[in-house]
Amino acid sequence: MEAFLHQVFSGLATGGIYASLALALVMIYQSTNHINFAQGEMAMFSTYLAWSMINAGMAYWWAFMLTVACSFVVGVVIERTIIRPVENAPILSVVTVFIALLVIFNSVAGWIYSYTIKTFPSPFPEQPLFGNRYISSHELGSIGITLAVLIVLYLFFRFTPLGLAMRAAAQNATSSRLSGIRVGWMLALGWGLAAAVGAVAGMLIAPIVYLDPNMMSGVLLYAFAAALVGGIDSPLGAVLGGFLVGVLENLIGAYVVGTELKLTVALVLIIGVLLFKPTGLFGRVFITRV
Amino acid sequence: MKALLDVADLFAGYSAENVLRGVSFSVEQCGITAILGANGAGKTTLLRAVSGMLRRRGSISFDGQPIERIATEDIARLGVAHVPDGRGTFLDLTTEENLRIGAYTRKDRRAVAQDLERMFSYFPRLKERRRQQAGTLSGGEQQMLAVSRALMLRPRLLLLDEPSFGLAPLVVEDIFRIMRGINTDEGVSVLLVEQNAALALELADRAYVLETGQVVISGSAAEVGSNESVRRAYLGF
Repeated sequence: MEAFLHQVFSGLATGGIYASLALALVMIYQSTNHINFAQGEMAMFSTYLAWSMINAGMAYWWAFMLTVACSFVVGVVIERTIIRPVENAPILSVVTVFIALLVIFNSVAGWIYSYTIKTFPSPFPEQPLFGNRYISSHELGSIGITLAVLIVLYLFFRFTPLGLAMRAAAQNATSSRLSGIRVGWMLALGWGLAAAVGAVAGMLIAPIVYLDPNMMSGVLLYAFAAALVGGIDSPLGAVLGGFLVGVLENLIGAYVVGTELKLTVALVLIIGVLLFKPTGLFGRVFITRV
Repeated sequence: MKALLDVADLFAGYSAENVLRGVSFSVEQCGITAILGANGAGKTTLLRAVSGMLRRRGSISFDGQPIERIATEDIARLGVAHVPDGRGTFLDLTTEENLRIGAYTRKDRRAVAQDLERMFSYFPRLKERRRQQAGTLSGGEQQMLAVSRALMLRPRLLLLDEPSFGLAPLVVEDIFRIMRGINTDEGVSVLLVEQNAALALELADRAYVLETGQVVISGSAAEVGSNESVRRAYLGF
């Protein structure tokens, strides 16, 4: 029973990270109908940035906040300079640009930091908090930070005029323009937010999977699975999907297929959802009248 | 007095072909101009061209300022509100959020709150549906919402694309009564595109008849209304 609970809790911790990344994917998907395949590599690069800052002697939390801010700016700049020119291009061109971004971030990270695996510090103590036996401090801390990020995002989108304008721009660009909303900038802000959320996810997962240029490939797959399970157009679904996938991954890995085949769980989930319930748990069915 | 909106020799269209071919018209300060015409005459295209939603050539000036090269969102910020074809409702947002989007460019929070209440007094149905997703509203309610959303901008010029389309006569009467009130009480000018010519001519002071992308008849609403061919083709008597 103790082992089982431990698996569930650590699944919730990694699930929170999948949830953040899945939310980043959904945020961009909702406004552009594109999946940003480079989301994971952008998060990886942000994590390296944090690593450099910490190595240069900066305190963890300062490095954390500065990384989030830098990632936001980089996200905005990428949208304005790279994504915007292909906004109306055929879908395959856009996908190619995303893949190119993925490869570029991966190679540049390898070029600057080399492909050797590095450790990344956790801001939380090594001893479990409150003397509990089920969950490590880092896992508990990750869940806490993830939840804080999700709540801040929720409040932003729900209660601020800018958040409302971003939702409007994602839903109906034409109507938004007619109301004076600068839709292009809303998309750029969305990219910035997604990059910032991704950076948090990267910094939280790095102490677990270690820092290397390929660290996010597995995580991104789980995030895809999470977004699909929840419904690719539903932010709430992506978050719940993330936690669900995290727990499932751990339990199935521990009790059914073994750790070597854990990643298969994500792939099976992706294929299963696409085959049997393409809209996911919370997604909407779009019926087009012709 | 100089016209609020002055359009001269306007060409516009979606692809290489022009839908509008040299259209000229104007909306006076505090005036209501109606554009009449059959399906496919280019009425919706004309409104879209004014709002900068498509490729256009010619001169469009709003309050003396040329706007033919300005982006849609900046034209809106000048005080041109457009109730688009198909209503442009934000289906997943609530009724109130839709209205707040209309006031997005305004900074005067208190006045926005007052205007929100004003819209609810014009259309009590919207108040009842305040927290409901706009996608669940009926067609008539969505039209009320579209008009209210446009008014939340505190526009100087209101562009209306077929406000009567698909609505029950009572709702249409409501909307036209409110348009008239906003025009006389607040001096909001209106450019109205309408298939229901009788209704449009009753409200408007100037009218133009559009046929295959060109103005064929123009004049005061009374003149156009008494024109023999307009009566036969659009008014049915």
